[in-house]
Amino acid sequence: MKRFITQHLRVMRVAIARIFNPPLAGLLNTLVIGIALSLPAGMYVLLQNAQGLVLQLSGIPQISVFMSLDSRTDDIEALRKSLSQNPAIDHLEFVPKDQALQQLKQSTGLADVIGGLEKNPLPDAFIVRPKAGTAEFLDKLRIEIAKLPKVELAQLDSAWAYKLEALLKFANLAVLILASLLSLALIAITFNTIRLQILTQRDEIEVSKLIGASDGFIRRPFLYFGALQGLLGGCTAYLIIFISLILLNHPLANLSQLYASQFSLNPLGLTDSLSLLVFSLYLGWLGAWLSVARHLNQIEPR
Amino acid sequence: MISLSQVHKRYPGGYEALSNVSFEVAQGEMAFLTGHSGAGKSTLLKLVAGIERPNSGSVLVNNQNVGVLKSSALPYLRRNLGIVFQDHKLLFDRNVFDNVMLPLQICGFDHKESAQRVRAALDKVGLLKREKANPIALSGGEQQRLCIARAIVNRPTILLADEPTGNLDADYASDIMTIFKSFHQVGVTLLISTHDTGVLQAHDKVRILNLKQGVLQSNSSTHSLS
Repeated sequence: MKRFITQHLRVMRVAIARIFNPPLAGLLNTLVIGIALSLPAGMYVLLQNAQGLVLQLSGIPQISVFMSLDSRTDDIEALRKSLSQNPAIDHLEFVPKDQALQQLKQSTGLADVIGGLEKNPLPDAFIVRPKAGTAEFLDKLRIEIAKLPKVELAQLDSAWAYKLEALLKFANLAVLILASLLSLALIAITFNTIRLQILTQRDEIEVSKLIGASDGFIRRPFLYFGALQGLLGGCTAYLIIFISLILLNHPLANLSQLYASQFSLNPLGLTDSLSLLVFSLYLGWLGAWLSVARHLNQIEPR
Repeated sequence: MISLSQVHKRYPGGYEALSNVSFEVAQGEMAFLTGHSGAGKSTLLKLVAGIERPNSGSVLVNNQNVGVLKSSALPYLRRNLGIVFQDHKLLFDRNVFDNVMLPLQICGFDHKESAQRVRAALDKVGLLKREKANPIALSGGEQQRLCIARAIVNRPTILLADEPTGNLDADYASDIMTIFKSFHQVGVTLLISTHDTGVLQAHDKVRILNLKQGVLQSNSSTHSLS
């Protein structure tokens, strides 16, 4: 066991030494991997933030149910009864047309114009708060309500938010595709770096094989190198995102102040940060493994 | 213990390097493989080390048939062999000490113990004072001795040497033969190839295996050169 740990620590030291020798090449490689990873990861952060914003803005969805102008009191009562019996509805509020007119006068400052009207143009309305559900569920409920007698129009207030959410889902997919492509790029970068390393270490590999090194022994430093380079690339990506968000947050604070709201971009969460690092480490290891499997048995001692 | 029985080795292209070679080297024995260049000496040593495989016949090393050994088992066979290569195969990206350290790293010895062993091996071949030097700065004879130090640091039971005195002048050559003799005295089995029968004169009673164009000519257990 002690021997095992000693060996792995030694291989670790060798791998670290190789990454920073020559220092510039190692640094550039790390940077390339970092940038490649920061693109999808950064877009993911922005999307997460946008999704949070949408959720915040849409809040609890409401359906406004406008009745036809010729509705009478018993029509209103019939509708109230059928709505309150609907199991999908959580809360129900009736807004009589006179009250709505008062609110309109107060809030818009169109009192003169409205005062000049011969009769109240507004219908009676219900504000329905459905139980929480998907956009699809809410839309179905809206259609159901619209079919009830004496209902002129049923409107889902947060429909735009759901449209935006659908758009974000689309963007999410785009990020996923980008992430897959750049992951492949990372594997390719590591594959090639390891290939070059194997070529330059040809003598050492050959001699090691001749004096009894197992394949695992020869493979190990390359795998460590790949994993370590991937991990460093992941750390670089994290730093790039972290610094970019700090830079973006300042002008964003000014912007959101103009809209009289408070909004700032949140950095990557703990789970997401760890996933980023583990994923980059794994990709580096995979690239190295593929390269070693492909190139190592081409070196046979003669 | 090395035992070859009816070994044939043909290289791609039809060149027959060894034909019907059979012999046995007992444990603790010191044997010389002689013959001109191209007689098959190197090929024979490569078969014993598992670097090449025979086309037919069996090559037994410590009762293991090397010719049919799985590739994954070869490293463990080679850890019991010390090999002195004709072209030394030293690594010039590290110093003398680290060159000798490599076999011990492969076997996973801890640093302190291996450092002691490396110094003991370097002392044996008279290179202890050059441990910090790069092998490229060593003379041909010193490089050869470094290669021997690397071969014995693992304390193998069998030592194979391919033309260890090949390009050396007589003084260096006899130094190296003296080193081999000291291993023989502590019970190591040695199989040494050489085209230079001159070096054998110092050893009055030696085992000589003479190869000619891939065929074993003479197999004398106490051959004396006069």
